[in-house]
Amino acid sequence: MAHDMIPNTAKARKIDASRRGFLKISAAAGGGLLLSMTVACATPGDTTGAVTKLGATKPAAPLQKLNIYVSLASDGTIRIMGKNPEIGQGIKTMLPMLVAEEMDADWSKVQIEQADFDPAFGAQFAGGSLATPMNWEPLRQVGGATRLVLLQAAAQKWGVPVSELSTGPSVVKHAASNRTVSYGDLAEIAAMLPEPDKTALAAVKLKDPKDYRIIGKSVKQWDSPKIVRGVPIFGIDVTVPGMKYAHYVKCPVFGGKVKSANLDAAKAMPGVTDAFIVRQSGDDIMGLLDGVAVVGDDWWSCKEAAKKLNVVWDEGAGASYSTASFDSQAADFAKGAPQSNLHKKGDPDAAMASAAQKLEASYSYPFLTHAPLEPQNCTAHVKADGTVEIWAPTQNPGSGLGLVTGALGVDKSKVTIHLIRCGGGFGRRLSNDYMVEAAAISKQAGNIPVKLLWTREDDVQHDPYRPGGYHNFKAGLDKQGNLSVLTNHFVSFGRNGKTLSSANLTPTEFPAEYIPNARNDQSLIDANLPTGPMRAPGSNAICFAYQSFLDEVALAAGKDPLDFRLELLANPSSAGPARGNRPTFSPERMTAVLKSVAERSGFASRGSLPKGTGMGIAFYYSHSGHFAHVAKVKVEQSGKLTVQKVWVVGDVGSQIINPTNAVNQCEGAVIDGVSQLYQKITFDKGRTQQSNFFDMPILRMTDAPQVDIHFHITDNAPTGLGEPALPPVLPAVCNAIYAATGKRIRNLPLTAADLRWA
Amino acid sequence: MAFTLNVNGKTHTVDVPGEMPLLWVLRDKIDLKGSKFGCGVGSCGACTVHLDGKVTRSCVTPVSSAVGRKVATIESIGDSKLGQAIQKAWLDADAPQCGYCQAGQIMAATALLTSTPKPTDKDIDTAMVNACRCGTYGRIREAIKMAAGMPTADTREV
Repeated sequence: MAHDMIPNTAKARKIDASRRGFLKISAAAGGGLLLSMTVACATPGDTTGAVTKLGATKPAAPLQKLNIYVSLASDGTIRIMGKNPEIGQGIKTMLPMLVAEEMDADWSKVQIEQADFDPAFGAQFAGGSLATPMNWEPLRQVGGATRLVLLQAAAQKWGVPVSELSTGPSVVKHAASNRTVSYGDLAEIAAMLPEPDKTALAAVKLKDPKDYRIIGKSVKQWDSPKIVRGVPIFGIDVTVPGMKYAHYVKCPVFGGKVKSANLDAAKAMPGVTDAFIVRQSGDDIMGLLDGVAVVGDDWWSCKEAAKKLNVVWDEGAGASYSTASFDSQAADFAKGAPQSNLHKKGDPDAAMASAAQKLEASYSYPFLTHAPLEPQNCTAHVKADGTVEIWAPTQNPGSGLGLVTGALGVDKSKVTIHLIRCGGGFGRRLSNDYMVEAAAISKQAGNIPVKLLWTREDDVQHDPYRPGGYHNFKAGLDKQGNLSVLTNHFVSFGRNGKTLSSANLTPTEFPAEYIPNARNDQSLIDANLPTGPMRAPGSNAICFAYQSFLDEVALAAGKDPLDFRLELLANPSSAGPARGNRPTFSPERMTAVLKSVAERSGFASRGSLPKGTGMGIAFYYSHSGHFAHVAKVKVEQSGKLTVQKVWVVGDVGSQIINPTNAVNQCEGAVIDGVSQLYQKITFDKGRTQQSNFFDMPILRMTDAPQVDIHFHITDNAPTGLGEPALPPVLPAVCNAIYAATGKRIRNLPLTAADLRWA
Repeated sequence: MAFTLNVNGKTHTVDVPGEMPLLWVLRDKIDLKGSKFGCGVGSCGACTVHLDGKVTRSCVTPVSSAVGRKVATIESIGDSKLGQAIQKAWLDADAPQCGYCQAGQIMAATALLTSTPKPTDKDIDTAMVNACRCGTYGRIREAIKMAAGMPTADTREV
């Protein structure tokens, strides 16, 4: 896959016209040339030129395309394509750094442009903290191969062998004759040379990390100068000629069908041009669902007109779902035998029977919604000629393409998807319901371009929710206070023995492999609810439950919570679960980050803190990252909680590629984790009861703790940072609350907890 | 109904219902898309503009109530020295992640530093109530102090 990134295609190149303005030329999947109009400022694909300071600059000379990633102008401007969707994780800036480093570019001459969704770029998605591990080597190879072409161009120009040449920032040097030529002056020759093939890519000799000039230096986000000026670069800002606006009304019960709607009343409202029923396509609950579209000249008028629709719904089976019923089913499951066993080690029953000390506790956490700040939106044009053009703020265009081709019955070769900057992702935009809605509305409205925008209420009430869950733990300690057995009856959500998306538990969840006897069982509450990955899926809430219960076990054993964890980690009985070619859980790496975070936070001296102030510790391995956190909280006698500071130490390998952004991601993960302590989504009569930021609060400035981030560098391949810093936040804070007040938080959200103390 | 508005020093006449929120007039009628839609209920602050210099949630402000007043949006914030200093500080602090809230944050920060040129952390907490879903609050706090020419250390109790 990685080695297919630069296809070895024809020698002749055309001048890349996209930088010049208005015609965008790209190879269509079918092989022909696809011409499509884009409007300056409308499609924020950087066609208006890069911004280096607070003003715009454009290359003075046309760009020559060297390969799909790199184009070069005679004035030295280097344009590098950012292939992955940007959701605020900084990938648009980071991936081009890898290319630029190995091509030995002068970074001040680099401009970055967002790529469209195009199979030539290989995988293009924002998920799983995978961009770093998947691109670290291939994109450096792309850069190295581009450098090789520039060396060949200089060799041709001077008639000397490549072996006598070297490069510096954006120049090729010939030491023997003391000559230097800039990359810009090589652009024309280089553009005529063949691109390196797979063998050449694989043979590229990569730099020694000590020679890095770009990787490892803090590079600010490429789009920030536009952000601080209000330049329209988000999905919601897209405008195309002839575009109408659309509002889409769906059933408050998931998957409900439209029985009837007063379309004429909506059409009669000012600013409205059309209203119609759209029918469900396929059976994906995060796909195209039944609804009523109102189309018009501005979005607000469409939204207001929808109030006249009086839609009558067939709510279907989902109308019976309620959180109260889920809670009561979970309580019943906890009393009985589990439906299935996920993992068993040793003889947990015998170990429990012979334990010197036993404890049990039940933990629970609610469903959560992602709530990226930019509500879901998409602009789509299903054209009369059978082609489809989509401008989508999406994390996963590939799955959106599948929904669109399925619903419209068009071949994927007919669909162009422009990747537009997302106002937040957090996993929400891995689902592309809004994309297929926009496409279906565009088609049904008469093949006109349409910008669909959801309200915040639509977003909160139609989300692939982070599933709630219930953990029923039992633990047994031997006479020495060692954890001899831990069992969990996990009650989750699913159908026919299969968990809903992201409702699963890793069968060997820590500490199963680090103690002699363990068992994880599972029962599933039957429900067909929309669920999906949310930042650190399968880890974010699981970590809260396990790392909080382990704190209880440490306390029962009379051990320091840090020492207890270090003792567990010192006794691995088998390796962690394999995850492809990426690093697996390493007790040595985790031990190191735990010790480091304890030292940085002064965890050992917490005994001197006054009552009402406490520190808690937790660790977790997710998405290839090893992270340990310490939280310090203050709880006033009235019960008012302040999370004062969170220390984070993470091990994501040998190289932090863009330090400022890496730290920013971890700071955000801490705020996100603290925010989650206060949030919940509940259901009644099949409806989501929360609707907006009043009842689904986002943490604000005044409640945001101070954050200390440190990366523990190890000799492992670099891995991603979007997710792994989040999970330990919640148990670290909850363990700190216990230290401060003696109150154990076993159920989230915290809003239900009485933290008063005397 | 026709309304004449003064936006960023320019006069615009729009023909819309009087209850249409200013945000949608700015975005869909005047094509100033820097002000963002986040909640529609005046909570998140992504839509923040200045009305006669005061921080205002444009998503819940009827266009009719903006007539005869000076509307300033993120697009004009760089027109003043203070605005430029804030923009520069935002970049120097590398504050944005997704960036969607930052226009509103900058509008709130500009109003804060106009009234309180040397804000305390408490002043910042009181004035900066806009939501940032990505959690860039630490950098926003730092950027405000940088723009104010103050030490950037967080003085809150730890």
